[in-house]
Amino acid sequence: MRTSLKLIKTSTFRLAALYLAVFALSVGLILAYVYWNTVVLLERQSDETIRAEISSLGEQYTQGGVGQLVDTIKSRSEHASGNIYLLTNYFGRRIAGNLDAMPVKAVKGRGWIEFPYAVETADGVERHQARAFHTPLDLGFTLLVGRDVQERREFAELIGRTLFWALGIAVVFGLGGGILMSRNFLRRVDSISQTSRTIMAGDLSGRMPVSGTGDELDRLAGNLNEMLDQIERLMVGMKEISSNVAHDLKTPLTRLRARVEDALRQKDDAVHKAALEETLEEADQLLRTFNALLSIARTEAGQAREGLTDMEAGGLVEEIAELFEPLVEEEGGTLTVRAEPGLAIRGDRQLLAQALTNLVDNALKYAATDERALRIELSAQRRGDTVVVAVADNGPGVPEGESERVVERFVRLDRGRSKPGNGLGLSLVSAVTSLHGGTLELKDNEPGLRAELVLPSIGADG
Amino acid sequence: MRILVIEDDGQAAAYLLKGLRESGHVADHACDGEEGLEAARGKVHDVLVVDRMLPGMDGLTVIETLRREGVATPVLILSALGDVDDRVTGLRAGGDDYLAKPYAFSELLARIEGLVRRARPEAARTTLKVGDLEMDLLARTVSRGGEEILLQPREFKLLEYLLKNAGRVVTRTMLLENVWDYHFDPQTNVIDVHISRLRSKIDKGFSNALLHTIRGAGYMIRADKS
Repeated sequence: MRTSLKLIKTSTFRLAALYLAVFALSVGLILAYVYWNTVVLLERQSDETIRAEISSLGEQYTQGGVGQLVDTIKSRSEHASGNIYLLTNYFGRRIAGNLDAMPVKAVKGRGWIEFPYAVETADGVERHQARAFHTPLDLGFTLLVGRDVQERREFAELIGRTLFWALGIAVVFGLGGGILMSRNFLRRVDSISQTSRTIMAGDLSGRMPVSGTGDELDRLAGNLNEMLDQIERLMVGMKEISSNVAHDLKTPLTRLRARVEDALRQKDDAVHKAALEETLEEADQLLRTFNALLSIARTEAGQAREGLTDMEAGGLVEEIAELFEPLVEEEGGTLTVRAEPGLAIRGDRQLLAQALTNLVDNALKYAATDERALRIELSAQRRGDTVVVAVADNGPGVPEGESERVVERFVRLDRGRSKPGNGLGLSLVSAVTSLHGGTLELKDNEPGLRAELVLPSIGADG
Repeated sequence: MRILVIEDDGQAAAYLLKGLRESGHVADHACDGEEGLEAARGKVHDVLVVDRMLPGMDGLTVIETLRREGVATPVLILSALGDVDDRVTGLRAGGDDYLAKPYAFSELLARIEGLVRRARPEAARTTLKVGDLEMDLLARTVSRGGEEILLQPREFKLLEYLLKNAGRVVTRTMLLENVWDYHFDPQTNVIDVHISRLRSKIDKGFSNALLHTIRGAGYMIRADKS
């Protein structure tokens, strides 16, 4: 009962019912039109014929008297054409015609009557329905002219029945189809909402069923599944992050706590001072990590999107190069810039500068080797309809297969463990790039690492 | 200087007040927005230090109200919200400088002193001078002891900022913000390298150094008093 109620409430069923009503109405209208055209028009036509016959016979009576009238009726009755004639005298006796007696209804006055009469056929006597007009003439004569309407009546009845059944069948089929359609729809919607409930209950691996027909429900399910994929990825990321955060923040906090405890046990002021200084340093480092995490989270949440303005990529690259050039030279390396002019992008200057700073900083930290002098190249160039801002170095690069991993939060390759840092630099670069609708690509610079921010260009040409 | 601190956290305020008094300033304290607004209306303070998140009336509202009433006392906003857009809303509300919590006390002090200096109307100077170092802002030349020193445009800007704040501590963050207009922590000693380049240009070969490193705080340019 409840299922059928639910069925009736579905939008598909309602649509089907509405369609059915419109369909039934139009079928009814068409049949009514056919009925009117055949039955009513034919009836009117035959009535007119009868009327014409009456008036022509009446004229013969006035012109030629009863004798001529009787002759005409007799001759017409003989070529039986389905017409009925009867002429009676003052006493109601038949004088001429092919009907035995005047029907009771036609005893007085004039007008239309319908009556049954007997027809002789090969199989015997049949009762047929007739329609006739009767009118009194002078001297007590009464004239009746009619037609056999049996066939027409049967035809009308047939059309009526057809109309009834056609409507009936349309309604039955329409209802059945509607129910079937809605049940199919309902089943799929039910399975989608069922799946979403299990997902809400915590099973993120569940996916909406896709029937493979590519209809709108499939598209909806597909989109929901994509959304779920992304949520699942984020959730997995979150789990990793929280365990990484736990590790990377707890370690320095434990160290800090132990140091304070140890200092409290000592009596020497110099020891206290040294411990406090180290604690301050450690606190600053923790704050930096924390701030980096916050800005990644904010950037990933897209909160900084409002800060995007039209800017020029080349200028930014030159600014960063200018900021870092002394530092690179101090480290015994060289920094070169290759920036095409007029590369318009839509960006947040602060975030992009921070991303580039992180990349140059990484190059300084990890690319310096004993074998060759450090070379860092900052570049901005057009590639198709994108602007590629790149930081390339000639260091050992990132081992194959690791480039996906290094972007994750707190991930530091073993080689980098000995250097200061928190493993958040590339995560921020990646977050900034996706905020700008671009991608971060880590490539082999042969040798070294080439980190490319592929950003959408806003068409400086156009 | 007389400084009004509007800060609801008792302990944070106590440290701050203590630090300011130890640095030779007079410091008043207000625990919430309404009280702070009342105290600031007196216009006796040289600078206001306003926490952004206060019970009742928040810091930005206090600043907006004061600015509407024509109180022009320089305001330093202190806030746990430190991103660029937070900064922008703070400065738009009428703040003159913005410092994210947690902060180093030396940074706060340097910024307060910078604010007060900026607020005092100064004659449109075309030359800046410390000791025998002279900067001509019109000709964009620098000389020391009558000898011209050639500087890159960025070095010139860096020195100009230092000279405008001569005798005061200028932190790395202040330099990054005011000379490069970057509002993030580059996590490297990139500013130190620029300073040491500048130092080699202006101090090398002279017996008395003008550009000093203030340990744990930043830099200061001053003519040696000794």
